[in-house]
Amino acid sequence: MKFIKFLLVGIVFGIVMAKSEAISWYRIQEMFRFQSFHMYGIIGTAVTLGVIGVALIKKFKIRDISGSPILFMPKDKSYPRYLFGGIIFGLGWALSGACPGPMVVNIGYGFLSFSIVLLFAMVGTFLYGVIKDKLPH
Amino acid sequence: MIAFLTQPWPWWFSGMVISSIMFLLLFFGKSFGFSANLRTMCTIAGAGKKVKFFDFDWKTQSWNLVFLLGAIIGGFIANQFLTADEPFQLASSTAADLQKMGFAEPSGIQPKELFSWEAVFTLKGFLVLAIGGLFVGFGSRYAGGCTSGHAISGISDLQVPSIVAVVGFFIGGLLMTWVILPLIF
Repeated sequence: MKFIKFLLVGIVFGIVMAKSEAISWYRIQEMFRFQSFHMYGIIGTAVTLGVIGVALIKKFKIRDISGSPILFMPKDKSYPRYLFGGIIFGLGWALSGACPGPMVVNIGYGFLSFSIVLLFAMVGTFLYGVIKDKLPH
Repeated sequence: MIAFLTQPWPWWFSGMVISSIMFLLLFFGKSFGFSANLRTMCTIAGAGKKVKFFDFDWKTQSWNLVFLLGAIIGGFIANQFLTADEPFQLASSTAADLQKMGFAEPSGIQPKELFSWEAVFTLKGFLVLAIGGLFVGFGSRYAGGCTSGHAISGISDLQVPSIVAVVGFFIGGLLMTWVILPLIF
């Protein structure tokens, strides 16, 4: 039962990704060609509200459903991994037109060929796990 | 209301819903990060026996897998019950650029030149999807997150590493769009 709320939020996530057309390869192309405001509007709105909300959570020390304080873990302060990892991610994002969330939403939508993209995303994650100690972080 | 929901959703409404999802997950004691599921699925497939990175208690991530299952169902609902028969609107400049690479006018939200089975069963078509997925999977774990973990959650918390990661997303995306795609198509 405790998982039902995550299922419901996941359903809303799938619907918003599909209905905003953020799962479309074309929309990602518009974004990287700077030919449409749409994706910038989506991410910009989410981030603007996010910054305000996170600041309020910290200021008023808001607690979660179980009564624990909502904490934000600072990420490691080493930059090569974020830059190099980010670039590799971006190359794949513009090629397949999907980041991990939209991959599975596309499968639900009926574009079953995204199963191949998802399968190889798992392979990519596995390869990272195998060679991570040899990479600059 | 139904008419509003069955049209493509406007950016401001979509952005509000996405940030609400992030806050709901925080309220539930979790943090929004979708690509962690790729690592969890590798662990469930048995990768933890050979590679230490995957040797963790994946049950701590069950909630995220349930979220993933919901996302699949959400995609299904959007297509089956929330779609009016409206033509897909693509920026005319993008359509013109894509036409130069051999893409026809869009007939839906995804190009059949990439995602139809006819395309998938060619060597080039298969490699585009496979390499695209491989890079997303490798890059998201190397960078420690994807669009949800860095661009939405991380930047909302004004974390410099997340800003660096998003700059990386754009360097890679622009390189693919402007340099590599024209060489492939």
